Amino acid sequence: MVKSRRNEIVAAYALMAPFIVVYGVVFVYPSVKMFELGFTDAPLIGAGAWVGFKNFWRLQSDRLFWTAVWNTLYFVLLSVVPSTLAGLAIAIAINRLKGWMQSATLAAFFLPYILPVSVVYRIWSWMFDKDFGVAQYAIVPFTGGEHVSVFRTLPLFMPAVAFVTVWWLIGFNVLLFIAGLRNISSEIYEASALDGAGRWTQFRRITWPLIWPVTALVLTIQLILQLKIFDQVYLFAANVRTDATMVMVQYILKQGFQMNRGGLAAAASMVLFVLIVVLSVLQFQMLRARGQR
Amino acid sequence: MSATAQSVDSPAAVGARGLSRLRHLDLIGLVITVATLALAVVWAFPLYWGLVTTFKPEYEIVRPGVQLWPEHFTFENYIHVLLRTKIGLWYLNSLITSGAVTVIVVVMAAAAGYAISQLEFHGRRFFWWMILASFMVPIPSVTVNHFILMSQFHWINSLPGVIAPQLIAPVTVIIYKQFFDSVPRDFREAAVIDGASELQLLFRIYLPMNWGITTAVAIITFIGAWNLFLWPFVAVNTEDKMNITVGITQVHDAFGVSYGRDLATAMLAALPVAIVYLIFQRRVTQAIMLSAGIKG
Repeated sequence: MVKSRRNEIVAAYALMAPFIVVYGVVFVYPSVKMFELGFTDAPLIGAGAWVGFKNFWRLQSDRLFWTAVWNTLYFVLLSVVPSTLAGLAIAIAINRLKGWMQSATLAAFFLPYILPVSVVYRIWSWMFDKDFGVAQYAIVPFTGGEHVSVFRTLPLFMPAVAFVTVWWLIGFNVLLFIAGLRNISSEIYEASALDGAGRWTQFRRITWPLIWPVTALVLTIQLILQLKIFDQVYLFAANVRTDATMVMVQYILKQGFQMNRGGLAAAASMVLFVLIVVLSVLQFQMLRARGQR
Repeated sequence: MSATAQSVDSPAAVGARGLSRLRHLDLIGLVITVATLALAVVWAFPLYWGLVTTFKPEYEIVRPGVQLWPEHFTFENYIHVLLRTKIGLWYLNSLITSGAVTVIVVVMAAAAGYAISQLEFHGRRFFWWMILASFMVPIPSVTVNHFILMSQFHWINSLPGVIAPQLIAPVTVIIYKQFFDSVPRDFREAAVIDGASELQLLFRIYLPMNWGITTAVAIITFIGAWNLFLWPFVAVNTEDKMNITVGITQVHDAFGVSYGRDLATAMLAALPVAIVYLIFQRRVTQAIMLSAGIKG
C-alpha cells in the first residue's frame, strides 16, 4: 500500500512535469518579469536601473498613451454591447426556426467566426474599397453620390472596425445564447401563451430574465477579449500611418519595439493587465448582482 | 403578471382570443422568419463576394455593378499566388507551428488534467488555483516579455519561438479535469486491482472514454493557433519564417495591387479552418461551449 502510494506521487509529478515546465517558462516567468521590468528604465533587450514609479508618471503625461486608452475603451463600447444584444436577437430568431433553415442560418452567422483575422481584413477592405467596393453602394445614398474611404476617415475608423468585428465574432455569442435558450423549458412559453402573453411580454418576462446568466457571461468574455484589441485596428490602419487610431496593445508594442523602451512598455502592459482584471471582475460582480435581484 | 392576463375572464374568451392571436402571430412569425433568412444572406454575402471575386479576371473585378458570377471563370489569381509568392512556405510554417501547438497542448493538458483530477499529491490544489488564476492574465500584455524571453533563447525568427508562447492553455486542462472527474471511480478501482499503472489507466481508460473531448479540444486548439496573429507577427520578421496570417498581410506583391490576388491569398489562408469546421461542425461548437464553461 505504501509502495502504491509512492507510485501515485511519482506518476503525478511525471504527468505534471510537462505542464509545470511549460507554465513556469512561458507563463509565470514572463509575467513576473513584466512586473519587474515595469519599474526599470531598461531597453527592450538588456538590463536597466530601478526607477520606481517613474514609468507610470511618464505614461500619464504622454498624450499618446491617453489616446490609446480612450480608443481602446471606445472600441470596447462600440463592439461589446452591440455584439451581445445583436447576438441575443439573432439567437432568438434562429432558435424559432426548424430543420435545415435553422442549421443554414446558424452556419451563415457562425462561419465568419472561425476565420483568421487576416482573411476578415482582406474581405472587408475589399467590401469597403473606395473605388470598387460593393459597400459603397450602401454609403453613396448618405453622402450624395460621393465614395468614402472608410478606414482613412478618422471619425468612421473605430465604428467601421467595430462593425467588422461584430460581423466576425458574433457567431460565438449566438452559439452561447442558443445553448442558453434551449435550457429554457418550452412549457413556460406555452403556459404564458395560454395566459395571452404576446411576443414582447414573453421576451421581457421570461426570456430576458432567464437568459441573463448567459448574457452576463457573454458580456464578460467580450469585454476581456475586446480590451485586448490589436489585430483588426492594426491591419485596417496599416496604410494610414497615424497615431490617432492607436489602441493599448499597439502602444505597448510601439514603446517596446519601435522606441526600444522595454521598461515603459512593461509599465503600459501592467496598466492594461490591471485594467482588464479590475474591469472584468467589477463587471462580472455587477452583472451577477443584477441577476440575483 | 401583465395586464392582458388579468383582463381574461371566461375560458371561452381565452380560447377565442388565443385563436385569433395565433392567426395574427403567424403573419408576424412569417415576417420574422423571412427577415431572419434575409439577414443570414446579408451576413454570409461578404464571404461569398470575397470568394467569387477570386475567380474573376481583374478587368471584371473593377467593373462597376454587382456581378454575382464571373463572366470568364478563371483560376489565374490562384495560379499567380501559388507560383509567384511564398504562400506555400507560409502554409508549411502555419501547418508545422499549429500542428506542434495542438499536439503539445493536448498531451500536456490531458496528462495534467488527469493528475489533478485523479491523483493525490503535494501541490495539487496550488496548481489548480494557478490554472484558474492564469485565466485572468491577458496574454497580449505579456507579449513584450515573451519577446525578451524568446530572444534570450535565440528563438526569435524561428518556429520554436512562434510555438512556445502559444502553449499556455489553461482552459484545456480545466476541460480535461472536468471530464476525468466524471468518469466513475469503479473503472479505476477495477483496473488498479488488475495491476494497471497510472499511465495505463490514462491511456487505456480515461483518454479512450473521452476521445470526443480530445477531438474537440484538438480542433479548437488547431484553429486558434492557425488564426493567431499578434504573437507570430511579433516573433518573426523575415518572410521565410512567417506563418500565413502574417505573410498575406505583411508582404506586398511586387506586381502591384491586385484585388483578385489579395483575396485569393486570403481564401487560401481560410481554406484549412473552413474545411476542418465543415467536417467537424459539431465538435467545433461543442469545444467552443466547453471553453466558455458551458458543458454541452
